[in-house]
Amino acid sequence: MPINKDFEILDHTADVGIIAYGIDLRQAFANAARALFSLITELDDLEEVLYRDIELAASDVESLLVAWLNELVYRFDTEGVLFKRFDIIQLDDTRLQARVYGEKVDSSRHELKTGVKAATYHMLKVDKTDGFRVQVLFDI
Amino acid sequence: MAAPWKGIVRKIDDYRWEIPTSYKTGMLVPGLIFTSESMLGHLWEEQAFEQVANVAFLPGIVRHSLAMPDIHWGYGFPIGGVAATRVKDGVVSPGGVGFDINCGVRLVRTNLTEDEVRPKIEPLVDQLFVNIPSGLGSEGKIRVKEKELEEVMVRGSRWAMEKGYGLPDDIIVTEESGSMKGANPDKVSSKAKKRGIPQLGTLGSGNHFLEVEVVDEIYDLKAAKAMGIEALGQVLLLIHTGSRGFGHQICTDYVALLGEAVKRYGISLPDRQLACAPINSPEGQDYLAAMSCAANYAWANRQFILHWARESFARVFGKSQQELGMRQIYDVCHNIAKIEEYTINGKKEKLCVHRKGATRAFPAGHPDVPEIYRSVGQPVFIPGDMGRYSYVALGTEVAMRETFGSTCHGAGRVQSRAAAKRSLRGVDVARALADRGITVKTGSMASLAEEASEAYKDVSEVVDITHKAGISLKVARTKPIGVVKG
Repeated sequence: MPINKDFEILDHTADVGIIAYGIDLRQAFANAARALFSLITELDDLEEVLYRDIELAASDVESLLVAWLNELVYRFDTEGVLFKRFDIIQLDDTRLQARVYGEKVDSSRHELKTGVKAATYHMLKVDKTDGFRVQVLFDI
Repeated sequence: MAAPWKGIVRKIDDYRWEIPTSYKTGMLVPGLIFTSESMLGHLWEEQAFEQVANVAFLPGIVRHSLAMPDIHWGYGFPIGGVAATRVKDGVVSPGGVGFDINCGVRLVRTNLTEDEVRPKIEPLVDQLFVNIPSGLGSEGKIRVKEKELEEVMVRGSRWAMEKGYGLPDDIIVTEESGSMKGANPDKVSSKAKKRGIPQLGTLGSGNHFLEVEVVDEIYDLKAAKAMGIEALGQVLLLIHTGSRGFGHQICTDYVALLGEAVKRYGISLPDRQLACAPINSPEGQDYLAAMSCAANYAWANRQFILHWARESFARVFGKSQQELGMRQIYDVCHNIAKIEEYTINGKKEKLCVHRKGATRAFPAGHPDVPEIYRSVGQPVFIPGDMGRYSYVALGTEVAMRETFGSTCHGAGRVQSRAAAKRSLRGVDVARALADRGITVKTGSMASLAEEASEAYKDVSEVVDITHKAGISLKVARTKPIGVVKG
């Protein structure tokens, strides 16, 4: 399947799912993070004025994806930072190291749309067969 | 996002539908869904039935994997799901409680009438909006240190009341008297505490709201009177919120931890979001201790909000608290796991009852029902969507026998948030509500469109099923006149 988009948003009755694509797992993880912040605000309204370094470990690649997205939810909730660029420096099935760029919420420039409570394991998929494709359902 | 469901659902009677264990290898008990022929329709298009079947895999599950008539597709458990597991050899699952631990509703009566409130509804809604922090990213007016947060985790709404937020009577008419036993702050991560500190005393966003409503129908005069609901046109206030980011983080932490425990204990599950651990294992006990901290945080949260709501009414109407008569009717949670005792095969047994979008509905005479309601039964509140109705009901003996003392918790969604936003704009939703005499104030128009009436089932149909099936009985219906949405 040719990949001509970074991610798509999926309908779910109560919550919201995403599918993110990439030429490799790093790009798919980065696009999943962009999909997450696209639910919260308009990515185009964001500037890169600060960065945070993130290091995570998990027991398998699916858990690592959930941990990655939940770490970003946590950073947004505690620091009020909206992220738009995700440089994944190192990634294998159990470890992730990234530098993420964004800025603090400024209510005069950013519209906050949907609150995301967490990434869940429901319908979670990491597919490496035909390009890289990851699927996550968020609790809204 | 999901293919239509092609499983087996057998009709037992007009309001009870069963998924037999033969549907899927691994189901330990059948699924039992309280619904009607007409409400079954959209459920075939989503995965809620499959989720009912999946919950039936949980070790130690007793009788049925249950779903209330507001059932819809969730993550792991269906929303509207109830599952009871044996304490001695069963499991506890954080996904069976959800991320918003002790999300719940609190109903407050007033001496005011619709005629008095209508002319001042705009300033009232504005005052509530200003006085009670709401919306995504909002921070509370309460400033606690970590040590104080730990007291909130252990003592819940009693802590808030003793700090001057509310009255001793509020505590009496709160489920668990506003503080679950067994809460242990040592079992809560520093991340959860960091999220919890600034969000204490906030309404939040999404489907959380404050609703000024008017009594529109009374079905049970005696029970209504016991609750201080005396006449049509009387104004009530409904508060709907939970444990905010504090609870979300506790669930996040424990779903990950118990995902590992599942492997250690050799438990086989059809969905990783059902991650669980034996109730009597260290992991299971730690989760229950942390979950109780979040439950207590949520009760304190609703306690602060009630206090500011009382202040707001007093300011707008220029009346004393005594004149306003803003007595709390009751406070119920609808996302929780609790250890309760039931008679199973003639023997008393301790069970862990998971209510994921379901309300406790204990009958008259139950020792956990506050004395003032002991002769009528526990009050149950079922908010609908913001454009139609909400209901007040009572718990029953039928609920004790069939649903582990549980009933529905709301209308239940039929339309996805994205679909609601595609078809409706927030400003149009606000205008349509204004045309129906409902004043709305929100920080996010997008969020308003997601919560439009059209996105929900008709709560009247849901409540009719619970009433006719007998798992809760209608007491009164209310209509919203003012809404604050987060």
